[in-house]
Amino acid sequence: MVSPKIFSQSTNTLPANKGGYCPQHPVGEVTRKHMAVRIILLFIHINAMKVKVLSRNPDDYVRETKLDIQRVPRNYDPSLHPFEVPREYTRALNATKLERVFAKPFLASLDGHRDGVNCMAKHPKSLSTMLSGSCDGEVVWNLTKRECVRTLQAHEGFVRGMVVRFCGTSFFTVGDDKTIKQWKMETPGYGEEEEPLNTILGKSVFTSIDHHQKEGVFVTCGQQVDIWDEQRSSPIRSFSWGVDSFSCVRFNPVETELLASCASDRSIVLYDMREATPLKKVIMNMRSNTLCWNPMEAYNFTCSNEDYNLYTYDMRYLDKPFTVHMDHVSAVLDVDYSPTGKEFVSASFDKTIRIFPKDSGHSREVYHTKRMQHVISIKWSSDNKYILSASDEMNIRLWKANAAEKLGLLAPREKAAVNYSQKLKDKFQHHPQIRRIARHRHLPKSIYSQSKELRVMKEARRRKERNVRKHSKPGSMPVVTEKEKHVVTVVK
Amino acid sequence: MPCAFIKFCCQLVCEKLNVCNDRIRKSKMCFDNKLSEGDKINLSDLIGTLDKTPSALIKTKKQLKNLQHNQSTLETPLTRKETERIQREVAFEKTSKEVSRWQSVVLQNQKAEQLVFPLNQEPSGPKRIEQVVAGWKAQTPLEQEIFSLLRMNKQPLHDPVLTPTEEASLRAMSLEEAKIRRAELQKARVLQSYYEAKAKRERKIKSKKYHRVQKKVMRKEYLKQFDEMVKTDPAAALEELKKMELSRMKERMSLKHQNSGKWAKSKAIMAKYDDGARKAMQKQLEVNKDLTLKLVIPADEDEEDEEESAETLPDFVNDAEHILDQVNPWMRGKLSTDPMVQEESNRLDPPVVRPRELGTPGEGRDDQEEDEEQMEETEEEALLRGFEERPDQPKAGPGVGQGESPALLEEGLVRVRTLEDVELLSQDVSASDPAPLTTTQTPGTEETDTQSATQQADKKRKRKKMIDPNEVLTKEAKVIKMPLAPTAVEDVEGKEEQRVIIKEAFAGDDVISDFLKDKRKQEEAGRPKVIDLTLPGWGEWGGLGLQPSRSKRKRFRVKVAPPPPRQDQKLPNIIISEKRDSSIAAHQVCQLPFPFENPTQFERTIRSPVGRTWNTQNTVQKITAPKVVTQLGAIIEPIAREYLIKDNRQAVTGPSINLESDQGPQKKRRSQQKKKHKRKKN
Repeated sequence: MVSPKIFSQSTNTLPANKGGYCPQHPVGEVTRKHMAVRIILLFIHINAMKVKVLSRNPDDYVRETKLDIQRVPRNYDPSLHPFEVPREYTRALNATKLERVFAKPFLASLDGHRDGVNCMAKHPKSLSTMLSGSCDGEVVWNLTKRECVRTLQAHEGFVRGMVVRFCGTSFFTVGDDKTIKQWKMETPGYGEEEEPLNTILGKSVFTSIDHHQKEGVFVTCGQQVDIWDEQRSSPIRSFSWGVDSFSCVRFNPVETELLASCASDRSIVLYDMREATPLKKVIMNMRSNTLCWNPMEAYNFTCSNEDYNLYTYDMRYLDKPFTVHMDHVSAVLDVDYSPTGKEFVSASFDKTIRIFPKDSGHSREVYHTKRMQHVISIKWSSDNKYILSASDEMNIRLWKANAAEKLGLLAPREKAAVNYSQKLKDKFQHHPQIRRIARHRHLPKSIYSQSKELRVMKEARRRKERNVRKHSKPGSMPVVTEKEKHVVTVVK
Repeated sequence: MPCAFIKFCCQLVCEKLNVCNDRIRKSKMCFDNKLSEGDKINLSDLIGTLDKTPSALIKTKKQLKNLQHNQSTLETPLTRKETERIQREVAFEKTSKEVSRWQSVVLQNQKAEQLVFPLNQEPSGPKRIEQVVAGWKAQTPLEQEIFSLLRMNKQPLHDPVLTPTEEASLRAMSLEEAKIRRAELQKARVLQSYYEAKAKRERKIKSKKYHRVQKKVMRKEYLKQFDEMVKTDPAAALEELKKMELSRMKERMSLKHQNSGKWAKSKAIMAKYDDGARKAMQKQLEVNKDLTLKLVIPADEDEEDEEESAETLPDFVNDAEHILDQVNPWMRGKLSTDPMVQEESNRLDPPVVRPRELGTPGEGRDDQEEDEEQMEETEEEALLRGFEERPDQPKAGPGVGQGESPALLEEGLVRVRTLEDVELLSQDVSASDPAPLTTTQTPGTEETDTQSATQQADKKRKRKKMIDPNEVLTKEAKVIKMPLAPTAVEDVEGKEEQRVIIKEAFAGDDVISDFLKDKRKQEEAGRPKVIDLTLPGWGEWGGLGLQPSRSKRKRFRVKVAPPPPRQDQKLPNIIISEKRDSSIAAHQVCQLPFPFENPTQFERTIRSPVGRTWNTQNTVQKITAPKVVTQLGAIIEPIAREYLIKDNRQAVTGPSINLESDQGPQKKRRSQQKKKHKRKKN
């Protein structure tokens, strides 16, 4: 059968070449070639009188307007696109390399405090507003402009804790001067004085404060855990359970009547606002500094511990944590969940910030800078994009939550490319070359050597235990898992 | 003293209530009487009045009596500590139960392919006018007229956007039901189209025999109908009979079924030699006779039956077809396999255990080594089992054993700033990485194997001077006969028996020769092969039966350089696999990653491409959809209680519709039909 393409070619090109000069081919050669084609065609004509002509619908290939994208027909026949796995592997490798190259998480440093920053608070209604309390006063920040909006002298001495009311119109602070103060979020007009809306004078120092999600109720802790009504000057309920000092108390954001607190007797205590007594407490080997509830899972919380680890508990089964998060080389001071509840970020005394997936034992990311000192407070912004860290050396730092992520609006094609490369990275993440690159992080020498030392120590301990077990009567040395090691008792 | 006190109380009560109640007054009188007598009041005195009142107070009476008899003191109440503890426990139970309601939501979110945050997003896009304009009223006469018209036709005006009929229809059928109904309709449509197609197909069939059979069936049916008609409606039957007569006459006129057709002529030629052809001719003649005979009675039943048995198609042709896959019309027409046969086949093939082959660049490793590796792993697993969680707690996530799990990050002092740095990083790896991995994690893998092999080789070399190992293997062992002193007779007998059994079991087994054969085969496979690159027709004539010239063949035969000598060349009792390529191994996954259960699963995920080159736009979008989607600049609030309620409602409505119930009767019918056919066949 004759190919219609050849047919049309021969009829079209032959007369054209007769007259003019074709730059590619000398004339004689061209004509000879086409003569041959013509002869063949004639031959075919004689043999079969049926001629097939291509008929296409122009709608299939002509654009409606010139602004439309050209249609590119594709053939997905796998034999036409061989080596799919090696090709994708290469793409994945390149994507991983680029991710590492573009991993620049540090965005900005907010300086202006004249003392170490002790606490921070997110605004529940505005992403660009953030509050920070230092060891001498406190400041309200505007993040998009990276500038201080308002400064006020809230307490004498440390500002221990601060929280914004759920509606975002006012905020509460507690300080070393044994007071709880409520402030308006709006800046006072010209000539007005900075004055708190309310001031409550307590009997002892308050160390932490948190506000209820929906009602006008807040909770403080110090020598005991107090639940306050906003309208009253005395607590509506106080809990104490043989402990004389608490370091942190947090409302559960999902089951809003539940509370948890960290106490100085190395325990974590659970409360229900509606009950007269605390619910339960678990005593661990070392003291927990802070805790944070998972905002998407009502019964899970993570606490940051002095023994360099973080522990994620299911509040129904306190006898052992369901994950132990290791990697820090010094006490963990603060922890905050991402608003999606998939990850959390921790701040440590070892001058680093680490991001952990909520069910993984090790961190997926470590942030540090040369000048950042002990990180005291940490917050994950409520749009899941940024992390704020407050540290000893008077600075607040703004980080990206995903180090290599491009910020701002993405074009759809860009978005598709990002998704594709992410998928590829996930797909080939177990291959050693890719894994190596994806997992590589730079650490300051001191932390590096410290973690190495810790590893050696741990291995030695493990080996010794193994040896002891080997040489003792079988069954006399029960195997204690890592999870069980850190819990002393659960007190009912 | 007590009397005075009670009196005082009574007075007090009376005064305080200030109610002129007869009862109280009476009781007061009673008390007064008693008190005036100056006696002590006993419990029995009080109960005495109770005795007169009927059944309502029996319970209290009993209790009081019990109190009277009971002399022992009450138990001391629990201490404050203990009561608090009990209170705490109760409260904790309560809250934990309350919190557990979230379990399903949490699990659902964990399993979700994609989570879009913020969770409670309002549907984007323009809102309906009815929602925007809420408090608007018709004012102008035109508007009023329009509205009155709308009202008359029961059209929605304000908030309920649907007409009453629409609402009723919505209420009548939920989404699930509608789906089911739609599926049913679809099925019916498919079936119909199938039958149409079948009819079309049958019409197109050229086989004469088929049509003959078909006709015969039709005729038989027709006759049956006629018989019935004779009984029920004789007049109509008479007319039918006339029609039949007419057709017979026509037939007679056309003179069909005589030996004049093309087919009949050809058969006539064949009839001399072929018995079948002769029979066919005879049959045709018979038919002719039948047709040309004047009919009075319809044809004989028995005869027809016989013919039928000879000619009809098997029963299942006429069956309502058995559909394997109801949805897929392409799956029709396949005969289902007999379950028994299937079972047998299942029994015959044992579950195939595939060797562990990981990694992209397809490369298999030696089976032996893999076996060893697996052994190693199982040992490790056994060790690890001790570290596992206690079973009484629910596993909240894939909590990795902390001590054993590898770190997610590899922290070092190298800072990666540019692509060159990354490049360097990967080069370092290829030089240094694989060795420590294998030595630490699987101590008995290839590396150590080869090591041991080389060690053995060294030893062999030393020994070689004295004994040729080749001979040792191939030569038969000398049987040394020793006089055995029977120390324990029974034992020897047992051993003898066992030996005999083993001998019988391994009668045809020649392990050594098998091994040698195996080794030779491997050597053959490793030997370089000559590659023939000759193409016919280039530079000379080509065509059928023409071979490329000898010189050309010589020229285009490429001889590959011989590979380095095999490691086990001089080790007759060892096979060292040469398949492992260390340069590729550095790029391969050496351990099965966590969520996968077997290597094939992992390989499958790697093998299926993701990109646009291999998949359509939609598929790519679907595959590469990110797990967590957040909106730019949107505040993500904690999950709210409404979510839980919504989820519960879904759970309630979800599984209530039973899809199985529709299929039940059909299945029954089918099975009944089958039974019928079986009976027929019998």
